[in-house]
Amino acid sequence: MLRVLQLLLLAATASWALAREAAPAAADPALEQRVMTLASELRCLVCQNQTIADSNAPLAEDLRNQVREKMRGGASDSEIVDYMVARYGDFVLYRPPLKLTTALLWFGPLLLLAAGFGVLLRRILRRRPAHDPEMTVSERRRAAALLAGSETERR
Amino acid sequence: MNRFVLPLAIFAALIALLGVGLTLNPREVPSPLIGKPAPHFELPQLHETAKTFTEREMLGKVWVLNVWASWCVSCREEHPVLLDLAASGTVPLYGLNYKDKREDGLAWLKGMGDPYRLSIYDADGKVGIDYGVYGVPETYVIDKLGVIRYKRIGPLTPQILKEKVLPLVEELGRA
Repeated sequence: MLRVLQLLLLAATASWALAREAAPAAADPALEQRVMTLASELRCLVCQNQTIADSNAPLAEDLRNQVREKMRGGASDSEIVDYMVARYGDFVLYRPPLKLTTALLWFGPLLLLAAGFGVLLRRILRRRPAHDPEMTVSERRRAAALLAGSETERR
Repeated sequence: MNRFVLPLAIFAALIALLGVGLTLNPREVPSPLIGKPAPHFELPQLHETAKTFTEREMLGKVWVLNVWASWCVSCREEHPVLLDLAASGTVPLYGLNYKDKREDGLAWLKGMGDPYRLSIYDADGKVGIDYGVYGVPETYVIDKLGVIRYKRIGPLTPQILKEKVLPLVEELGRA
């Protein structure tokens, strides 16, 4: 009987210990959601084509923790973004901000599209014959003669 | 003939652009910290754990902060350069032991020589984040007013030291 009780107690404390270990992540799913949403907007500096939400690099983990800590402290998303940009520059943003230095990045594709349309338009306009295709009187006469068979092609 | 000139020119320009792109290092992200005051820290020292060190103690001096770790492979490559710099005595060199185990950091300095006046110990990398550290080793040159004037991501080489760091230190020292 005593042994059973001991075992039960052990089982109970073990699960309690496990539950405590898992607590930080599960404690506040809403916060975690917010952390991951913002983290997916921030570039991992180590593995440059991943966000810090995707990356397992130690730095990405640190930055996620930093984001979480700031959010717990009541910081808004834009405050946290500013904090990151102050340290790592615009590069940390997965979506580059619209600035004079990034204008080409934003509008370059549009410019290329416009250039493509320009070329296309020019070609279409050029395809139209420059002069009137109608025949002159002498040509008309000769055509009639050819059709009638009274004249053979000379060349 | 004429109709090929424009496409060919565009093609050549594109090749030139991509060629230049290949020679650039995408890891060298321009730091927004250049020209800004060095972020404040107050961290325990690596050797004397009871003592702290802060960047404020260095106001009025030009100094170099080098971020290192015993787990960092390129730090091993950089180490002789730092030892030479320390031996030359041109500029005070301080270390920031980044996300390391204290005993590993101490063993590293013991085994390979300690170029630093002292190292501070940033166990959780918080100060590293403040300094925008992402690729150890990193090196900062900080002027007399406590403003970051230069940052190097990756190991220092004798060439970089000679062409960039030392001339800058000399210039800042005269200011």
